[in-house]
Amino acid sequence: MSDKEKPNRRDFIFTATAAVGAVGAGAAAWPLIDQMNPDASVKALASTEVDVSSLQPGQSITVLWRGKPVFIKRRTENEISEARNVNISDLKHPEKDEDRAKNPEWLVMLGVCTHLGCVPLADKGDYDGWFCPCHGSHYDTAGRIRKGPAPTNLEIPKYEFVNSNTIKIG
Amino acid sequence: MSDHNYTPSSKFGKWFNDRLPLLTLANHLTDYPTPKNLNYWWTFGGILTFCLITQIITGLVLAMHYIAHADLAFSSVEHIMRDVNYGWLIRYIHANGASMFFLAVYIHIFRSLFYGSYKAPREIIWILGIMIYLLMMAAAFMGYVLPWGQMSFWGATVITNLFSAIPLVGESITTWLWGGYSVDNPTLTRFFTLHYLIPFLILGLVVLHIWALHVPGNNNPIGIDIQKPSKDTVPFHPYIVVKDLFALLLFMIVFAFFVFYSPNILGHADNYIEANPLVTPAHIVPEWYLLPFYAILRSVPDKLLGVVAMLSAIFILAALPWLDTSKIRSAVFRPLYKQFYWILVIDVLVLGYVGAMPAEGLYLLIARVATAYYFLHFLLILPVLGKIEKTTPLPLSITSPVLGGSADLAMAKNTDIRKEKL
Repeated sequence: MSDKEKPNRRDFIFTATAAVGAVGAGAAAWPLIDQMNPDASVKALASTEVDVSSLQPGQSITVLWRGKPVFIKRRTENEISEARNVNISDLKHPEKDEDRAKNPEWLVMLGVCTHLGCVPLADKGDYDGWFCPCHGSHYDTAGRIRKGPAPTNLEIPKYEFVNSNTIKIG
Repeated sequence: MSDHNYTPSSKFGKWFNDRLPLLTLANHLTDYPTPKNLNYWWTFGGILTFCLITQIITGLVLAMHYIAHADLAFSSVEHIMRDVNYGWLIRYIHANGASMFFLAVYIHIFRSLFYGSYKAPREIIWILGIMIYLLMMAAAFMGYVLPWGQMSFWGATVITNLFSAIPLVGESITTWLWGGYSVDNPTLTRFFTLHYLIPFLILGLVVLHIWALHVPGNNNPIGIDIQKPSKDTVPFHPYIVVKDLFALLLFMIVFAFFVFYSPNILGHADNYIEANPLVTPAHIVPEWYLLPFYAILRSVPDKLLGVVAMLSAIFILAALPWLDTSKIRSAVFRPLYKQFYWILVIDVLVLGYVGAMPAEGLYLLIARVATAYYFLHFLLILPVLGKIEKTTPLPLSITSPVLGGSADLAMAKNTDIRKEKL
């Protein structure tokens, strides 16, 4: 290496200045980027309690949680057996019905199509479950994707039965 | 920008121009040598400038009355339509203006495709144009969200969810875009801000687009390089200015027809229903100008690949100057390309049609074939065609085929015609 190519004191100063400048620019940019994320007040609206005592088997309600619809479905015996008698290996996103509905009668899931976020319609589609009108995804009676462009099953939010009549979502 | 020996005639003009050469710029623009054979397809640059300015002015006025809040946006738009003096007119001009803008930009783009205007040395003009087109799509999409109707809300939901297809960080990006866990008030206010910003970014790019254009000068219908100034050129003013203005008048008749006689025909009735996060409209479709890309998105049965295909369909255009290997610009002298060009036009129209139809059965099949063909055109046909196509001879200048008497091969055809006349 000749003297010309050897990094000298000036090169070091240039590099160090650029490095400090880049870190500074990044630090200045972060607040501008992060301000767009949900703030604490949005995150705080995390849970909602729903009275489900009026639901008969076969009926469902849709409630709003974090600005998104949540389907609460009280399933009939037929629907439960249909969901449980599926060969798991046939599924695009293999999940047992037992894992999706701890209490087989109650199915609680986000009513948001995992494709591009539309609200699927109940009791429609080729698998007696839900059908998304936007791009044609079919979900079965356990909310699992069976046909169409959606990549995964309808999401199950965190929920629990506070008592036999009340479900707490979130 | 070269050859400037301009001196203002007045003393003040000279004093001013020495300090800020605006008069030199004005002189450059008015005297600019332009090919004399430009046809009416070349008038859409001026028409697009008109569209942009119309959108900015009407948009400014609408922003004085619009309220960017999830609870108030819908009723503030109705307030504009019913109460604000001439509010209906201004909003209809703005809403239909977006459609007119896209109509003009598609003609402008397909003009470039036909006459090879994207080829060397005009690649940067072309790429700037694609950037403008991308920004137009962003502005149009965000603008469509602002009335906060059902189509606004669900269109915003579907499009922002496209980002959730990105592996690993997709969900975080979508949440970041929304400012929450769904499309809501934070989404609306930021879309309004960006919708207001983007037209000015477009304006900046338009300046660069024209600047880059003025380095090599206009392409022309026969696509040959010309000397400027020469007997092949005319000054921009008054020749091209008058032609542009006449074309603009015709364009404004079409524009006015939509504004005054069918202001809602290009929109969706669902957008007159206020946004409801619990109910998705039975059939979500974007505005007509985005339909071909929507068809490509839906034709792929995989979420991530669908998004990739849709974005590639747009970005592939930026690579066009290098995908098209033919040295001949104008399709006039490319007998095979001319046919493939029209097949592409039909292909894009078909994509637009199936994009508006439900994604099932025969429509889905057609969408898949048309999508495959779209990529085939750019990735296979264009590169190969440039190598194997036998092009017809180019004239030496714009003037020579008209005046005749040239010794070049292009005249062979012309002599045939003359013989026929005899």
